[in-house]
Amino acid sequence: MSYEVLGITVLWIFLFGYLIVASIDFGAGFFSYYSTITGKRHLIHNIIERYLSPVWEVTNVFLVFFFVGIVGFFPDTAYYYGTALLVPGSVAIVLLAIRGAYYAFSAYGSKKNNRFYIMLYGASGLLIPAALSTVMTISEGGYIAVSGDGKVSFLFGKLFTSSYSWTVVLLAIVSVLYISAMFLSYYANRANDSNAFEVVRKYALAWSGPTILSSLLVFFAIRNHNPVHFEQMLSYAWMFIVSFACFLVAVYLVWSRKKLGLSFIFVMLQFGFAFFGYGRAHLPYILYPHLTIYDNFTSEPMALALIAVFILGLLLLIPSLYLLMRLFLFDAKYVQGKRGK
Amino acid sequence: MLLSGYDPVMYSRILTSFTLAFHIIYATIGVGVPLMIALAEWIGIRRNDPHYLLLARRWARGFVITVAVGVVTGTAIGLQLSLLWPSFMRVAGQSIALPLFMETFAFFFEAIFLGIYLYTWDRFKNRMIHFWLLVPVVIGSSGSAFFITIVNAFMNAPAGVTVVDGAITDISPFGAMLSPAMPTKVSHVLITAYTTCAFALAAIAAYSLLKGRNHVYHKKALKLTMVSAFVFLIGSAVIGDLSGKYLASYQPEKLAAMEWHFETSTQAPLVLGGILDENNEIKYGLKIPFALSILAHGNPNSEVTGLNDIPDDEQPPLWIHYLFDIKMGFVALMVLISSAFMLVLWRKRQLAFTNKWLLWGIVLAAPVSMLTIEHGWIFAEVGRQPWILHGIMKTSEGATVSDHVDTMLIVFTALYVVLGFTSVRVLIKMFKTNHVEDEMKARGIEEGDGQ
Repeated sequence: MSYEVLGITVLWIFLFGYLIVASIDFGAGFFSYYSTITGKRHLIHNIIERYLSPVWEVTNVFLVFFFVGIVGFFPDTAYYYGTALLVPGSVAIVLLAIRGAYYAFSAYGSKKNNRFYIMLYGASGLLIPAALSTVMTISEGGYIAVSGDGKVSFLFGKLFTSSYSWTVVLLAIVSVLYISAMFLSYYANRANDSNAFEVVRKYALAWSGPTILSSLLVFFAIRNHNPVHFEQMLSYAWMFIVSFACFLVAVYLVWSRKKLGLSFIFVMLQFGFAFFGYGRAHLPYILYPHLTIYDNFTSEPMALALIAVFILGLLLLIPSLYLLMRLFLFDAKYVQGKRGK
Repeated sequence: MLLSGYDPVMYSRILTSFTLAFHIIYATIGVGVPLMIALAEWIGIRRNDPHYLLLARRWARGFVITVAVGVVTGTAIGLQLSLLWPSFMRVAGQSIALPLFMETFAFFFEAIFLGIYLYTWDRFKNRMIHFWLLVPVVIGSSGSAFFITIVNAFMNAPAGVTVVDGAITDISPFGAMLSPAMPTKVSHVLITAYTTCAFALAAIAAYSLLKGRNHVYHKKALKLTMVSAFVFLIGSAVIGDLSGKYLASYQPEKLAAMEWHFETSTQAPLVLGGILDENNEIKYGLKIPFALSILAHGNPNSEVTGLNDIPDDEQPPLWIHYLFDIKMGFVALMVLISSAFMLVLWRKRQLAFTNKWLLWGIVLAAPVSMLTIEHGWIFAEVGRQPWILHGIMKTSEGATVSDHVDTMLIVFTALYVVLGFTSVRVLIKMFKTNHVEDEMKARGIEEGDGQ
């Protein structure tokens, strides 16, 4: 495996990690708000709170890790994406800032939860995936113009009027709600909280249909927008078929209220196969057709140093993350709320 | 539009400076407060004193709010670097990706253990286990300051790279981390963050005492924080002196602009205060003979480079002199207040907790120390203009050419105003509705020492 492929694989894994943990987090925020306005807050608030409190900070790091890493391995991405993404990137930053800060203000600051803070927190949870997904859209090409002297300009109008970009936004939003509800079903079940479980199980089943429909929509939208990428995806068609099979298993398990932990593993596999299939087919382009992973890759000593540091970092992180999960996710007493803070 | 004509370089500079100026308030707290929490918790366990344990617990509670704002603004500046300075990041990605990468690891480490620490106060029978959870938080928070300052040090004094015709060719990833500016910058940043947090927490204790709440808890808090502040302040001063010597060797134009030193000369005087007229004549300034030579090289007869030997288009703006003087004025004030406290504590112990003048001074020292951080950073950053990468890339070459930077400036300014306002409000409310005296009663902690 070349350094370039190794580098992009590492980054893709981190982006996948972000996709999962952030979806749980964003969706949970939205459900928390939704349950407030529908009067079901007392049913599901506790389990959401108990899960989110110790992990909200960690979620952010996955994202920071990805964008620092990509600039390190592929410095030209800073130039192209940096120039193009000023507005959508800034919107995402502002939303992330509001969300993170108001989560803390509401969870730690005030004794009784402030309704306005919860609204800011819940609403931003849906807008962030929409803003961040523009990066995926742009990577397909067609929204950036590069002039002869290398000046990059971003074609706003094209992005806003493109049907492809809207299908991506749709997929981002519904899959956030689906992933989150599937996870919360597992978590509520572990907590032996049958009231909460019934509520989030309904959310999960309700969002499963739209998720698979919008995935199909994106699949066909790529065919019109970027036929080259679509052809590539077809040659990895088995990954998408496996992904669909995993989806069926996951939904079946939740529907029959059985083995919810296994069900969530299938959710991760579902998105894993689709995400890596999509990514594999996208290679070697990082930004079609201007930038491939072989353009201006970082110098060899830097690539080596980054990979070395990355491995050392993982040796530190994996046990720490394991500890975090042991203490909060897989600790039955904590999940059931039988431990004090 | 704020100004006529759209200048993305100018707007990018303003937006970056706003983001950083806002972020460093919370970042400084993020670096220093975990250390103070660790000190309090350690003393509390060692002496079996519930007051110190409660102190750690209450500081940690407020700390979460500041961490939240620190994390989100840190994410903002991380992304803004690529959004506002794409050409710079293309070069930086080649040369200083390593410390940037390591910084996120440190941040990751801190984030994981902070989450664990906050939710396991009463989980372990052996209280030392809970204390040990804080160690990675301290390492992580100081570590991220360490690595990100290395990035900044590289921008001030690039090292580990070979420059041919203004382009970086050979890069040694670890060599780039060991820039000449690194040792002084990193140590100065860390120790001043500790100092500032010690003063900030001292101000809370002093304020409570001033409000007539003279529980022994507040006295313990005041003593712990002020003694720490005094020790850290001495450290900051020593490192500050070393920073001057670094400037003289590697960035003489910054030192010269800061001291309005135009002619290269030996036995150079240090100028305190004063104003500069249009002919670059210094008026009303107080000149201390030999002091600049001593500051620069530790020898009154040494030669100090003057601004006239620096090309016009590579000179930093001369107003950084005012920043430096104000900063040193603040430092003097902090030295005065903390020495006075130490003296009173040593000679007339009770007076240290009751004298109104002293207590108000300590309350004042907190904002002053934060202002010192701000002035120091603005001085350091403006002082390396016009370079974004000293000697390699000018600031104007690194900025984005995108439209809409002006709109983003307005959006982000509004965001910082809102975040700043709400975080302060939440913090005040948090401690006003839950006085320590009530919490001690609720937890069954008796008056005085022991349980």
